[in-house]
Amino acid sequence: MQLSLGPVLFYWDRNTLMDFYAQMATQPLDVIYLGETVCSKRRALSLDDWLGLAREMREASGAEIVLSGLALVEAASELSSLKRLCENGEIRVEANDMAAVHFLAERDRPFVAGPALNLYNGHALAELATCGMDRWVPPVECSGALIRSALNQLEELGLQRPQLEVFAYGHLPLAYSARCFTARAENRPKDDCEFCCLNYPEGIALHSQEGEALFTLNGIQTLSASVSNLLADYDQLAASGADILRLSPRAQGMDEVIAAFDAVRKGGLPPLAVDGCNGYWHGRPGMLRAEEAGLC
Amino acid sequence: MQLVCPAGSLPALKAALRQGADAIYVGFRDDTNARHFAGLNLDEKQLQNGIELIRQQGRQLYVAVNTSAQPDGWARWQRAVDHAAEIGVDALIAADPGVLAYASRRHPNLNLHLSVQGSATNAAALSFYQQRYGIRRAVLPRVLSLAQVKQVAAKSPVPIEVFAFGSLCIMAEGRCHLSSYLTGESPNLCGVCSPAKAVRWEQDAAGLSSRLNGVLIDRYSEGEAAGYPTLCKGRFMVNGQRFHALEEPTSLNTLDLIPELAAIGVSAVKIEGRQRSPAYVEQVTRVWREALDAYRRAPAGFAVQNHWRQALAGLSEGSQTTLGAYHRSWQ
Repeated sequence: MQLSLGPVLFYWDRNTLMDFYAQMATQPLDVIYLGETVCSKRRALSLDDWLGLAREMREASGAEIVLSGLALVEAASELSSLKRLCENGEIRVEANDMAAVHFLAERDRPFVAGPALNLYNGHALAELATCGMDRWVPPVECSGALIRSALNQLEELGLQRPQLEVFAYGHLPLAYSARCFTARAENRPKDDCEFCCLNYPEGIALHSQEGEALFTLNGIQTLSASVSNLLADYDQLAASGADILRLSPRAQGMDEVIAAFDAVRKGGLPPLAVDGCNGYWHGRPGMLRAEEAGLC
Repeated sequence: MQLVCPAGSLPALKAALRQGADAIYVGFRDDTNARHFAGLNLDEKQLQNGIELIRQQGRQLYVAVNTSAQPDGWARWQRAVDHAAEIGVDALIAADPGVLAYASRRHPNLNLHLSVQGSATNAAALSFYQQRYGIRRAVLPRVLSLAQVKQVAAKSPVPIEVFAFGSLCIMAEGRCHLSSYLTGESPNLCGVCSPAKAVRWEQDAAGLSSRLNGVLIDRYSEGEAAGYPTLCKGRFMVNGQRFHALEEPTSLNTLDLIPELAAIGVSAVKIEGRQRSPAYVEQVTRVWREALDAYRRAPAGFAVQNHWRQALAGLSEGSQTTLGAYHRSWQ
């Protein structure tokens, strides 16, 4: 089993990003995803900076480096930077919008299909496989059973399975909007947001009126409030054919998270239970833990 | 611009026809369409009846098979596509690349429209679907500003349809798992958002509460209007403040934009609401027919009539309407 570090979903300043990646370069990671997937206004690093960092990280860490593309591509400027990213000719790309798939297929570049692409069955996977997809990160709401069925269906169509990478740790990216909810929470217009996401290294918590943590506001993206954690489900992940487990960056403690997953993949016993949610993997509401869902 | 109206029942279909819809869109009675609500959609006999009426009046019928196929239910999506082709629909509205591929190969003469659920918000994504599946129209998600719609339409390889009126999805369609996070039912896979079976209303001393799978979505004080607990329109706590953190209960209304949409070259405007009553369909279709006809007769002198505005406000969530993402300041 390989471990990957997903793209940073939050807006961190340049120094924070650089410090974070310097630390990550020494971690037992097999794949590292770089790049901005949420908001094109976040420019702590330019595309050239990301490419430079990609080269450095490749040397320093020995991990495979992938550049992740923006998920919601609206403005013409966003489309042209996505095109540049897809045409970088050097670093593999994770497509999070069909525009990226279009650009990558045109250039015959093998790519990773990210979790923001709606690929839920073997027929849809077959379509993307013919475009060059060789790794699939299923939408985060997919259950283990659905993922297994989709891959079986793909094989029945006579096509080779792509690598399977499952989102195994972190706040779940749940939705994308035209509206910036962080700016809204601060009563600012989106066009004059003053990059207020920088004030929230792990987003803004949204609670119900009863104090139940529901979501995390992160610019135009809405994440889960709970941290999804599939470490206790490790054996089932392995049995389901997962090749890579994605750990999504948080502001603190990633080295400990990586160490815990690393210990289990090296033969340590998975914990019986962990904090956080795992409902989606078990085909239940994403916010639940399997025990709450009455499955254990 | 063509007027495309919803029908979740035969009476709604008749109402849309009566009031001058150019095309009517429906879904089958299962999870192959994105309005898979209990008691909604047409059965076989009603559909046949509806098609005859539509044909007699020279209008068009579109069928939405616009959810993503569940692997174990693939035969259902296949059947839905085949059935739409058999009954000779004027367009199949689909989103899943697997479903589009099947439809374009099995039924090469079937007219394909990319559903809003396909989440294509830019010209390159539209080119992907056009080149691979030969789509002939695309419905744009309700996340683009008017300036962005213009840019996309200018470079799009296919004619564009946009949402004109109805419930407002605050998230990019097809890019929202909020409902499945709380309830386990996904709009993308099950065709339902904030499903009715997960809704609970409670009246106690503190007032009226709406819950979705146990989670408090909103609490209303005495006399306050209560809306369906679509979870993105609830009142939540953020930074210590209680407010509609994502969106107020409001409907999209773009009557004011008719001249701009026409100038951009938008080929069709769509009314949302297959889950709404025949009376809703009747009134919204009537207002929009009048408005589009008035614009066609005298584009330069077009002005939104007060009685149109009033009629639509009465049919809107929370009696409020908005230009939504079309107007940049909303974003």
